[in-house]
Amino acid sequence: MGLETDYEIPVVTTTAEFVIQWARRSAIWPVTFGLACCAIEMMAMASSRYDISRFGAEVFRGSPRQSDLMIIAGRLSRKMAPALRRIYDQMPEPKWVISMGACASCGGVFDNYAIVQGSDQVVPVDVFIPGCPPRPEAVIYGIVQLQKKIAASKLDQTPKVRIA
Amino acid sequence: MTAAEIIAAIATAVPGATYQALTSADAAVTPAIGVSRESIVATCRALQAPGLEYVAYSNMTAVDFHPNRSPRFDLVYHLVSPHRRARVRLKVAVEAGESVESLTAVFPGAGWCEREVFDLFGIVFDGHADLRRLMMPEDWDGHPLRKDYPVQLRKDAQTYMPLQVTEEEFKANMERDRYQRQTAPAGKK
Repeated sequence: MGLETDYEIPVVTTTAEFVIQWARRSAIWPVTFGLACCAIEMMAMASSRYDISRFGAEVFRGSPRQSDLMIIAGRLSRKMAPALRRIYDQMPEPKWVISMGACASCGGVFDNYAIVQGSDQVVPVDVFIPGCPPRPEAVIYGIVQLQKKIAASKLDQTPKVRIA
Repeated sequence: MTAAEIIAAIATAVPGATYQALTSADAAVTPAIGVSRESIVATCRALQAPGLEYVAYSNMTAVDFHPNRSPRFDLVYHLVSPHRRARVRLKVAVEAGESVESLTAVFPGAGWCEREVFDLFGIVFDGHADLRRLMMPEDWDGHPLRKDYPVQLRKDAQTYMPLQVTEEEFKANMERDRYQRQTAPAGKK
């Protein structure tokens, strides 16, 4: 980035990549998708007290086709896994996934047959947020980490490898 | 009404059935009766007679006593008499592999509980119209609430779900919707 002052109006030069990734990271729209108690913290994060709109990620969309981000908020049961995968597949590229809380990340306290032991078995996860459940500040921190990841990623990056 | 009084009231109506008055901590509210496996449906019919009127089906579940008891399962039925404000608990001992007659002929809503018990305990109900798994995926192997089930089972997560409609049906639905939109009167979408 550079500032050129030779012209009548000063001109800032930058790359298309920076501008596009700036636009992407500044308006991450999450899909309205809560699985368990972590979803309550996710809702608190969107409320005025914690106010995720300061980071441009407050627009929870009811349709996966309008969303960029899926926050897996809660334990993912085996029966839910195909539905989650289908919602993920319906989201347009580029898309990101945050695994929120212990249960979504590794099964948490539910070490049993009914719960998927880590949602990265089902979808590629960008950011894991620890906690049971994570506080809204922790989720906001996770979204900021995701914004840093988006800012650092290249435009010509091929879509993420799809598992299964 | 105590368990013994209820047994005395229905014993003549159900020939061949064996009943047993069971002790329970809440016997004052819900007397418990042991019922032989073959006579559960006839017993539920008899319990609807005037004077008893246990006409409401509350719930049904199962208990696994493996490996401490044979027969290993207890089916536990709860019936309610709304008119008399009374409850009753019926227990049916079932061995693994044995089937029980479905209660859907008396209480159609019992089918849901029977599907759940079939799914989680593997007890088959004869005469149930649609005995599919309720909780677990339909292709699941085993019955998780049995005591000898490996709880910390490791399996790959299934990510594929078959579509509810075929591709031809999907296209036919799209065509139908488009036709309805074109032919609908103005102002009515």
